[in-house]
Amino acid sequence: MNILKFVCNKLKIFLTYILNTKTNRMFKRFSSLQWKSFFRSSNLGKSLGIKIVMGFFGIYMLLSLAGAGAGMYFILKEIFPDQSPMWSISQYFIYWILIELFLRYFMQKLPVMDIKPFLTTPVKKSTIAHYILGRSAASIYNLLTLFFIVPFAIVLLFNGYPVLNVLLWIVGIMGIILSINYVNLLVNKNDKVLIGIGSILALGYGLDYFGVFSVKEFFAPVFHALYAYPITVLIPIAFAALIYYVNFKYLRDKIYLDAKLQSKSVEANTSDMSWTKRFGEMGSFLQLDLKMIWRNKRTKSQVFISLLFVFYGLVFYTVEVYSSMMPMKAFVGVFMTGIFLSNFGQFIPAWDSSYYSMMMSQNIPMRKYLESKVILITVSVVGMFLLTIPYVYFGWEALAINFGCALYNLGVNIPVILYFGSFNKKRIELDQSPFGNMQGASATQFLVMLPVMVVPIIIFSIFYYIFNIEVAVGVLSVLGIIGFAMKNYLIDLITEQYKKKKYGMIAGFKEKAS
Amino acid sequence: MITIENLSKKYGSQQVLNIEHLNIPTGQSFGLVGNNGAGKTTLFSLLLDLIQPSTGHIINNEVQVNTSEDWKPFTSSFIDETFLIGYLTPEEYFYFIGDLRGQNKADVDGLLAQYQDFFHDEILGQKKYLRDLSKGNQKKAGIVASFIGNPKVVILDEPFANLDPTTQIRLKQIIKELAEQKDVTVLVSSHDLIHVTEVCERIVVLNKGEVVKDIETSAETLKELEVFFGAESALPVAE
Repeated sequence: MNILKFVCNKLKIFLTYILNTKTNRMFKRFSSLQWKSFFRSSNLGKSLGIKIVMGFFGIYMLLSLAGAGAGMYFILKEIFPDQSPMWSISQYFIYWILIELFLRYFMQKLPVMDIKPFLTTPVKKSTIAHYILGRSAASIYNLLTLFFIVPFAIVLLFNGYPVLNVLLWIVGIMGIILSINYVNLLVNKNDKVLIGIGSILALGYGLDYFGVFSVKEFFAPVFHALYAYPITVLIPIAFAALIYYVNFKYLRDKIYLDAKLQSKSVEANTSDMSWTKRFGEMGSFLQLDLKMIWRNKRTKSQVFISLLFVFYGLVFYTVEVYSSMMPMKAFVGVFMTGIFLSNFGQFIPAWDSSYYSMMMSQNIPMRKYLESKVILITVSVVGMFLLTIPYVYFGWEALAINFGCALYNLGVNIPVILYFGSFNKKRIELDQSPFGNMQGASATQFLVMLPVMVVPIIIFSIFYYIFNIEVAVGVLSVLGIIGFAMKNYLIDLITEQYKKKKYGMIAGFKEKAS
Repeated sequence: MITIENLSKKYGSQQVLNIEHLNIPTGQSFGLVGNNGAGKTTLFSLLLDLIQPSTGHIINNEVQVNTSEDWKPFTSSFIDETFLIGYLTPEEYFYFIGDLRGQNKADVDGLLAQYQDFFHDEILGQKKYLRDLSKGNQKKAGIVASFIGNPKVVILDEPFANLDPTTQIRLKQIIKELAEQKDVTVLVSSHDLIHVTEVCERIVVLNKGEVVKDIETSAETLKELEVFFGAESALPVAE
């Protein structure tokens, strides 16, 4: 009980510190600055459309989560009829924690407010540190889990679980969420830790799966205790407070321009890539694009993501339900061979936004600039098609569909996506992570997906259901070949379009997003 | 070389530039001076067709800038760091610009060799990307890049700002040498009256988008400009 008293005392001191009026006032000021930086950002008004779409998407996600939470009780009851759903969910808690830690590494941005201007003002460093950490507690990722847990708890209450235990259980879970949040900050995007978590996850699952040692059964009582013995709720809370304190100490001592706040500069690796010269005048643009993709975080991850999507087809080809749904296979064909096309292509020319005014005043023929992008995407489509060849294992149709889709992507989708690119007006900061990064996105990106992804599937379905798969694949291929034959004419049209939109693009790309 | 006719630029109801007529003959070194918001960068952006004029036009060597792109091969510029490609090393950037202007590697290397002093060993062979260089060094790279490919018109916006004293002096020398070539027209804007009077044969003062002074540089020019801008601080508008 003495320990308990001690912890409570510490907590009280901590809380009074947080609520201390002077600190609090500073907090309010910081928060209002943050607020202003959001609402006064120049592209807020213009991107209302995308905000609404994102809003709907977000609400949908939250509703699905809440629905899953509410339904989880019954699902668990169904799968494990002889044990309490609370026990079942406790079994998987350890995996949930590890997976969340793993995912947050990619998803969560470290809360860097622009602290620089405050360094010379009479604001205590500890206040700044508290603010940064406090703000990260309100991160959307912390709320997501709550949206799952609370409905689950409500269903528990309706099923006669004791109120006090369930409520304190929620508090305990919040403690765990905050601990994950602050552990993630402490880890600070360390690759080794990521690999560690990944290996533990794989190892644990492996042990469970092969029945060597039941990780689930081992940890179930640990997490079930949070419900069974309400007093244990103090453990996750104390742990969260401890991690917070460690973070705070670390951060407070690191608020210097040359330590935490400075971005690391990497040593340049020069490569002359003289082979691109074979493409003639386009060579220099091609070389520029390759360097851009390779040397910037966002583009580089995009390439890796695209490569991973080669495996997307396995979902459709191995699952029984889809085996008779040919249109789904057309979708996956368009998707796999065109993933780079859509990921990269939809943001042309915004990739070059940070130096677009130079490009426009330099001696650059617009057509050559666009043609080099065409070559790059063409190579990606061909490459992705070659990677999908092993799907022939699932029958020749798989190969035929992917081939037809690749041709369609080459002939039709490349010009389409380039044309829509001329509507891009939003700047992209190249060295930011692509995960959850909506920078550069606008309604254009949603609109362009319609012709690129949906139209080929509709065409395929129509001809597949009226005739057969041979005709459907044939039609896609022929459309692709026609588009390819008209390539020069189409690129001319697109070039005109880009010239027309030039001033809007230059002005738009100059506006830095915040 | 460059003729400006009835040129104006409006943003909404606010007029930011209004020049009835201005002629810059071939080979002149032309200095543009004015306070913040006087329209210097607007004029240069119009010259490079980065923004559209509200009325009027600019003719650059018989090419109307906002209707044809044929002025690009003989015009080069450095306006600000958005002219640099951050993920390239300075060398790669120079070669890229060289490529665009029909210069091979050897041509570019030859040109760069002339600017060894100016670079002061801080640009070439640094194994750094342009985005990781300091502001001053980025500027040096951008300025030299604008000399690649024997341009006939060179446009530099605030080239002296952010440079250290040694580099400023060297840059003055470079611009003077450039101006001595009879077929190269140099346009420079600056807040620094001393620098601009030293390197330019002619100085035009912009105030609220209008040309208020157009002077052949002489021994008295600096004094005259100082008087003008000094009075500017006392009186709201001095015509």
